[in-house]
Amino acid sequence: MSLILERVTKKFGAFTAVNDLSLMIPEKELFGFLGANGAGKTTTFRMILGLLKPNEGNITWNGRKMDYTLSPEIGYLPEERGLYPKLKVKDQLVYLARLRGMGKQDAVKELKYWLGRFRVEEYLDKRVEELSKGNQQKIQFIAAVLHKPKLLILDEPFSGLDPVNVETLKTAVAELRDQGATIVFSSHRMEHVEELCEHLCIMHHGSPVVHGELREVKRAFGKQNVVIHADFDLEFLRAFPGVVRFKKTALGAELQIDRMEAAQKILDEINGKGFIRKFALEEPSLNDIFIEKVGASYE
Amino acid sequence: MNRFGILIGHAYMTKLRTKSFVITTAILLVAVLLMGNINRMIDMFAGSKQKKVAVLDKTNNLYGPLKQQLKTVDKDIWLVQAEKSESALRKEVLKEKYQGYVVLSLDAAGMPKAVYKAPNLADTGTTDSLEQALQAVKSNMAAGKLKLSPAGLSLLNSPVSFKSVNLERDAKSEAELAQARGLVYILLFAIYFAVIFYASAVGMEVATEKASRVMEILISSVPPVQQMFAKIISGALLGLTQMAVLLAAAYATIKQNINHLTGGFFSVFGFSDIKVSTIVYAVVFFLLGYLLYATLAAFLGSLVSRIEDAQQMMMPMTFLVMIGFFLAMAGLGNPSAGYITVLSYIPFFTPMLMFLRVGMLDLPVWAGLSGVAVMVATIVFMAIAGARIYRGGVLLYGKSNSLKTILKALQMSKEA
Repeated sequence: MSLILERVTKKFGAFTAVNDLSLMIPEKELFGFLGANGAGKTTTFRMILGLLKPNEGNITWNGRKMDYTLSPEIGYLPEERGLYPKLKVKDQLVYLARLRGMGKQDAVKELKYWLGRFRVEEYLDKRVEELSKGNQQKIQFIAAVLHKPKLLILDEPFSGLDPVNVETLKTAVAELRDQGATIVFSSHRMEHVEELCEHLCIMHHGSPVVHGELREVKRAFGKQNVVIHADFDLEFLRAFPGVVRFKKTALGAELQIDRMEAAQKILDEINGKGFIRKFALEEPSLNDIFIEKVGASYE
Repeated sequence: MNRFGILIGHAYMTKLRTKSFVITTAILLVAVLLMGNINRMIDMFAGSKQKKVAVLDKTNNLYGPLKQQLKTVDKDIWLVQAEKSESALRKEVLKEKYQGYVVLSLDAAGMPKAVYKAPNLADTGTTDSLEQALQAVKSNMAAGKLKLSPAGLSLLNSPVSFKSVNLERDAKSEAELAQARGLVYILLFAIYFAVIFYASAVGMEVATEKASRVMEILISSVPPVQQMFAKIISGALLGLTQMAVLLAAAYATIKQNINHLTGGFFSVFGFSDIKVSTIVYAVVFFLLGYLLYATLAAFLGSLVSRIEDAQQMMMPMTFLVMIGFFLAMAGLGNPSAGYITVLSYIPFFTPMLMFLRVGMLDLPVWAGLSGVAVMVATIVFMAIAGARIYRGGVLLYGKSNSLKTILKALQMSKEA
């Protein structure tokens, strides 16, 4: 079971929203889909869901082309959240689940389970407009997963939630994956992707700039971080050979180096100049990679 | 249940249970019952009140005949012969002992004349009745003077026979026209309100789903075109439900009060001859009009991003319905006018104008059916075009201005 995008291109008039995108998303995995605003994430999701037809290329789920007969297998949390404001939670979630082919009784049972899990049982008979934004978000998440989809597409699932709820939702997402769902999710928060995903893709202006396994991506990036806490001024390292980025911090400095050997040379250089509290060689964070690849256009 | 069924069922039940639907139906139901029973209610408030009128008969031989004649004209007026002076009577009238007083005397020709004096002349019924009764007294006196036999008098008094006959073959006689007018008038109103109300409800529903962004979940579950038709059909079912309730109530009250709803106002707007075919045509043209306008409203609703823009977007549609309605109202007086005939084949006006024609005139069946055919063809065309616009429209967000957005939606629909 896997989701395959083959050389997918989508144009709106003269504007190319997605350009020659190929992805293989393995089953039962959490796949991170990153990109700045307007990078083509939502367009890609809409193509996966069959809402938009690609100009070129193919998208298949288990070898089948996406169409509405697959709708019971698919769950979708759109980036722009929205439910019927006047309908009761129960009425609308059961309705949405039935549209995805779930039976009424099953939907009610499953809904009660999820409300209990998020500790919001009392919302069953409340109207959505009466709920706080964060709670609406939980309801929206339940709407995406209620019918036990095999392929789950989450567009920015954690945005707008407090840290406690982010944790609750993250656990739920990880659990759904363990139960066998294939999950694609987009996020602006690199640490979420780093924590949850094995595979990822970074989009930039409609093209994938990074694609692969998280560990591989980090290794292939070729740059590493050096964190130094010291009692003396480190400013002289700014122009040191091998240092590509220098950032002064309260306790010392954070450097990005483009080759491993530079770390040793830096250590040799600062040795003896004063007291060194910390010297650490760290893997690049996804944030570093993202900023490097997507660049200044990302805010 | 298949998804289409779920869509229709959900939309129907949700709207059926809304307060606005229940309240509107209840208000309309009360209105229908009130209208149907209006004569009884007037009787209830005013009927039993006897009007006391004093008579100052200066001739001393008019009171008797007048009282006699008045009995046949208006039993509610109770005459009392006064033996007092006029100023004493005036005081009693002002104390509301009498509604007014009438002074009877003879004119130069020896014929009766009367002056009616009252603090309030708003009740023309009393003066009319008195005048009518006195007229009869006068006629009798004149007949006596001219030595006319009672048979001669009745010959003189009998009204001339005057009938108007329309020479056009499809025209109804004046009496028939009057009979049909009341029903057609009310049904035209019903069609007008139902089409505007239900069609714009469909548009608003689509706009709500889009504005609240629940649309994106819906279109990823069910094809947009299915959603559009489910909304249109559920709206039609809802409209039929309401119409059935109201028509049943109206039919029952009218049948029950049929004897009260004649004469006066009802001789021009009659109900005495309710034709089943008129009702059937009304339901058919309501449905067709609704389908046409609801399709229009659905795709117009799909073009807006904010609920506030929905009304504005549907404005041209509302105007079309209104123009059709005003034309029909104008045509009520002369349904066989040339412009009504021509315009009744323009699909946006057909539901009201063709209904007006089949309701008021004796049209051959093919004329009514050709109106239906024009409508069906237009609806099919609008449904196909509307579905394409809808499919693209639901994916579009941003500023909406009708024509440009329609083109953009059509473009988007090709992408989807």
